[in-house]
Amino acid sequence: MVKTEKFELRLYIAGQTPKSVTALQNITKYCKEHLNDNYTIEVIDLLKQPQLAEGDQIFAIPTLVRKFPEPLRKIIGDLSNEERVLVGLNIRPLGNKKGVY
Amino acid sequence: MIHDQIKVFPKTSTGISGLDEITNGGFPKNRPVLICGSAGCGKTLFAMQFLVKGILEENEPGVFMSFEETSADLSQNVRSLGFDLEELKKQKKLKVDHVRIERSEIEETGEYDLEALFIRLNYAIDSIGAKRVVLDTVESLFTGMENSVWLRSEIRRLFQWLKDKGVTAIITGERGEGSLTRHGLEEYVSDCVILLDFRIIDQIATRRLRIVKYRGSTHGTNEYPFLIDEDGISVLPVTSLKLDYKSPSELISFNLPAIDNLFAKRGIYKGSSTLITGTAGTAKTILASYFALASCHRKEPVLYFSFEESPEQLIRNLLTIGLDLRSQVNDNLLHIHSSRPSLQGLEMHLLTLHKLMAEFKPKTVIIDPISSLITVGNSSEVRAMLVRLMDMLKVNEVNALFTSLTQNKENFYSDTTVEAVSSLADNWIDLSNVNEQNKWQRNILIIKARGMGHFNGQKKFLIADSGFQLVEK
Repeated sequence: MVKTEKFELRLYIAGQTPKSVTALQNITKYCKEHLNDNYTIEVIDLLKQPQLAEGDQIFAIPTLVRKFPEPLRKIIGDLSNEERVLVGLNIRPLGNKKGVY
Repeated sequence: MIHDQIKVFPKTSTGISGLDEITNGGFPKNRPVLICGSAGCGKTLFAMQFLVKGILEENEPGVFMSFEETSADLSQNVRSLGFDLEELKKQKKLKVDHVRIERSEIEETGEYDLEALFIRLNYAIDSIGAKRVVLDTVESLFTGMENSVWLRSEIRRLFQWLKDKGVTAIITGERGEGSLTRHGLEEYVSDCVILLDFRIIDQIATRRLRIVKYRGSTHGTNEYPFLIDEDGISVLPVTSLKLDYKSPSELISFNLPAIDNLFAKRGIYKGSSTLITGTAGTAKTILASYFALASCHRKEPVLYFSFEESPEQLIRNLLTIGLDLRSQVNDNLLHIHSSRPSLQGLEMHLLTLHKLMAEFKPKTVIIDPISSLITVGNSSEVRAMLVRLMDMLKVNEVNALFTSLTQNKENFYSDTTVEAVSSLADNWIDLSNVNEQNKWQRNILIIKARGMGHFNGQKKFLIADSGFQLVEK
């Protein structure tokens, strides 16, 4: 099996709101299912670090940013639609080879 | 305008010259203001001037949240107006945050809110202690996002948030079909709405501004012309609307006894306006120059608008009859401003006059000839402008003299400028050239002189090497 690149994900939230909690639960679940251990999720709470919003051009909460592999992708919302999230991050469901652009 | 009006709620200066007068004191403090208009009408500049002037004149730091232009582009675009954004940023007086929404790299799934935008704005405001905020233009969010119903309620929340935050905010919006803004922002910003308009009339571009709504405050309701030039935006109040200026009873002279003696009080009232009409070559400019020099001799500065001759040509020509304008120019008592009437729109001319008056503080203003301005606008516009001009001069107690070229010798009342000016002018002198025994005979006639008697007949005169002379029989 080809060693795939590690996914670097960043989830922007603003406090423990229901939407943010749901989003974190969702993305953790999808990653476990489809990326094995080949990922990192960094959670950034903008209430604590407001200065980070500008750099990644965040305007909506929650926002998931795929920092790596490039190009940068963003998914806004509570990530409840698994298919859209996977397509958005360009993750092929496990069992398939990682897709290419 | 109405200065003695009781302030209903606190207002803050708009930073736009002339707009504070129209709004009776400025924008509502700590509330959002909506500026709408079609593309290219000056919304961004308007908003930027509000911020920059706020920093420079009121010491109120500002945040510019741009949804369209990048920070670098903005800095470059307003540099021509003398706004140095980079310097203000360094001084921590200004913060520009460019919110880039790239549709192609964003997916939406499930519920979200714009909390991050609030946090970003809040952070920017707090980092410099901002009192003023601009959102230009928040409607861009609609093109970047799918769920417009949700977005609407978020934008409503944003406006409320701005109010609670206690900042005075300008929100810009693109003009929509049949509504003020494309996405109906006016429904949310209900305190103060200003519409900017840009149209071309007779090939000359005119910008206009109208206050659509200003809750809890009186305001001017007209469409006001505004200009964008190297000093930014200025709005011209249409007229001061009040006839309450002072009327001095002191007299001034033409420094020409022959003319002064035609008036019962041996001169005309200080601060009055005088119209000199006549066909081509009737010595209107000469008489105007006498008037200018008389003012110079009183050590009262003169602003001479010459629409037909360059300063050098005017000086050369008048020297031939012994009128020395140059030494007055050198002494800074006489300022000659020459320009082609068609160079700019009427408002621009008026603004130039405004500015030169502020700079030069003249006691006498001469416009030679005022009829040239007719070529720039239609008659109702010209009249409106002349009224504004006269008001401005009267309020400042400036002696005004206008010359006007008449076309029709038999009936000058049919002439547009004469019709517009003559009723406004306090004094009216008509010059004519009559063919008598194969010789042109110059005549002068006082048609009116408000508040004093005057000689009622025609006097013959000639222009000799030594200047103006009456021909006595």
